Amino acid sequence: MSEGNAAPGKTPGMKVTDKVMIEMKGVNKWFGDFHVLKDIALTVKEGERIVIAGPSGSGKSTLIRCVNRLEPHDEGSIVIDGIELTEDLKRIDEVRREVGMVFQQFNLFPHMTVLENCTLAPTWVRKMADAEARDLAMSYLERVRIPEQANKYPGQLSGGQQQRVAIARALCMNPKIMLFDEPTSALDPEMIKEVLDVMVELAREGMTMLCVTHEMGFAREVANRVVFMDGGEIIEEAPPEEFFSAPKNARTKEFLAQILAH
Amino acid sequence: MAMEDVTGRPSPKIGMRASPVVWARRNLFSSVGNTVLTLASLYLLWLAIPPVLDFTIFSAVWSGTTRDACLGPDKGACWPFIWANIGQFIYGRYPADEIWRVNVVFALGAVALVPALIPSAPAKRFNLIFLLIIYPLIALVLLAGDRPGLRPVPTSEWGGLLVTLVVALTGIVVSLPLGIVLALGRRSSMPAIRMLSVVFIEFWRGVPLITVLFMASVMLPLFLPEGMSPDNLLRCLVGVALFSSAYMAEVVRGGLQAIPAGQYEAARAVGLSYWRTMGLVVLPQALRHVIPGIVNTFIGLFKDTTLVLIVGIFDLLGQVRAQLSDPSWTVPQGALTAYVFAALVYWVFCFGMSQYSNFMERRLNTARER
Repeated sequence: MSEGNAAPGKTPGMKVTDKVMIEMKGVNKWFGDFHVLKDIALTVKEGERIVIAGPSGSGKSTLIRCVNRLEPHDEGSIVIDGIELTEDLKRIDEVRREVGMVFQQFNLFPHMTVLENCTLAPTWVRKMADAEARDLAMSYLERVRIPEQANKYPGQLSGGQQQRVAIARALCMNPKIMLFDEPTSALDPEMIKEVLDVMVELAREGMTMLCVTHEMGFAREVANRVVFMDGGEIIEEAPPEEFFSAPKNARTKEFLAQILAH
Repeated sequence: MAMEDVTGRPSPKIGMRASPVVWARRNLFSSVGNTVLTLASLYLLWLAIPPVLDFTIFSAVWSGTTRDACLGPDKGACWPFIWANIGQFIYGRYPADEIWRVNVVFALGAVALVPALIPSAPAKRFNLIFLLIIYPLIALVLLAGDRPGLRPVPTSEWGGLLVTLVVALTGIVVSLPLGIVLALGRRSSMPAIRMLSVVFIEFWRGVPLITVLFMASVMLPLFLPEGMSPDNLLRCLVGVALFSSAYMAEVVRGGLQAIPAGQYEAARAVGLSYWRTMGLVVLPQALRHVIPGIVNTFIGLFKDTTLVLIVGIFDLLGQVRAQLSDPSWTVPQGALTAYVFAALVYWVFCFGMSQYSNFMERRLNTARER
């Protein structure tokens, strides 16, 4: 929290340790006959920030949804912070407690206030006392800069505010890993920045992050690696400087030409 | 203001400011067709309302102690007949010197129910636990009296409004939770549970309630060993409760289907278990969506309780019909009076439920401001 006014780019505090947080090996998944993930191998270390890019339908969302088993994988192994994801519900819940997720459509609970959205999981899953959960939630709402909205309902907030609440809600579980599934794709352009700012801050604090996003500026600024997917495969994996300036694969080049053309 | 007009909501201010003449011209006589419809409606109302008011109020007999008061030409409703039999209508054949027990049950129920229905009343959790768990036990002990110091009153002596309320409230209290469980079961990912739920729901929905009651009352004892047959009223209660649960399950399922998958995912992603996801995130939203359907089922159930008449249980309507054969009160307009009375009682209960559901809907919607 205390790097001061850090310049964009790789800043101090963004240190990567040797501890492996996510290890995917030989992961395959099918939706019916459709082979959506093909032999995925991906290792993410503690403090690493990975941006996953690729055309729509390339399996990026499915990939990160496998990390907290919102989608079960059919083959291969996924180990999160030492816990292998299997059918075992106990282990799945254990992993979900440590992995926060932010969705494209925010998915806030509309019948609860902003504060209740944030305190729900800490009180019921972590068995935190009400007052403690409240303080925790307020501190995260301050960090995403909307403490004044705590007693409103999600329907009364703008998209950007809702997405920041969703980030605060995930952070309230003190997760070790944060997953972002196209967090800015459903937002009006003027609201994208407020959400990205929060995500950049989070990255600077050393959070392990896995982001599916089309925001290439964000990738340049905070990512350790950009993973490019197409047709359910990881085509290329490189640090952002290399990824944007010297892509190796033809499909990566084509994709970059399309999204950077304007 | 202009924004509201665009959404199609008429601005309330305009309606309030307009004079009655202007209002009538705008709403009742705006075109030839509209004028014809207005006049036709007025004619129908003129045909229907005066005779009803005349029978029930203006020509009605309000006081008297025997049937003689109601005899004579142009006499309307015979209300003294109702006053004279009000005890039977409320308590049935419940022993006269034990009626205080029924009154205690009624009073206790009212005392517990009213604060439970007021959203801002304190101690809601205790209130509901009392109302849904402790109160039914107290009511059972008091009404049946199967305890030392209380004279047992067999259910065959219960009747009237007491039975109507016992059947309806048991049905309502059992059908909502059971309906929710069945609805969740029908959407379960476990095939065995899903199958069981589907079979249960489709079985009970496919059978008429009368058949259920006949089976419970007449057939069931034949299959059970001598002396093991449970109480007739109890058998009907179980039948009504299971029957209405099946309907409730489908209403609740409709609400569950309206909840986007993202809500389940978000709840699971923060680590909530299946039951907490359902109980804290999905059901509160789903049930809100289907309040009209739930109350609709309650109201239908309340009126369907009259069918217990067919298996020899005297609910309010049954008791009203029974009193009609009382020779000391045979007057020509007796049946009509009695049915108007019964209809009025049912209407008060059903209208009350409907109004309460409207109130809750408005309250929940303003709280959320969707």
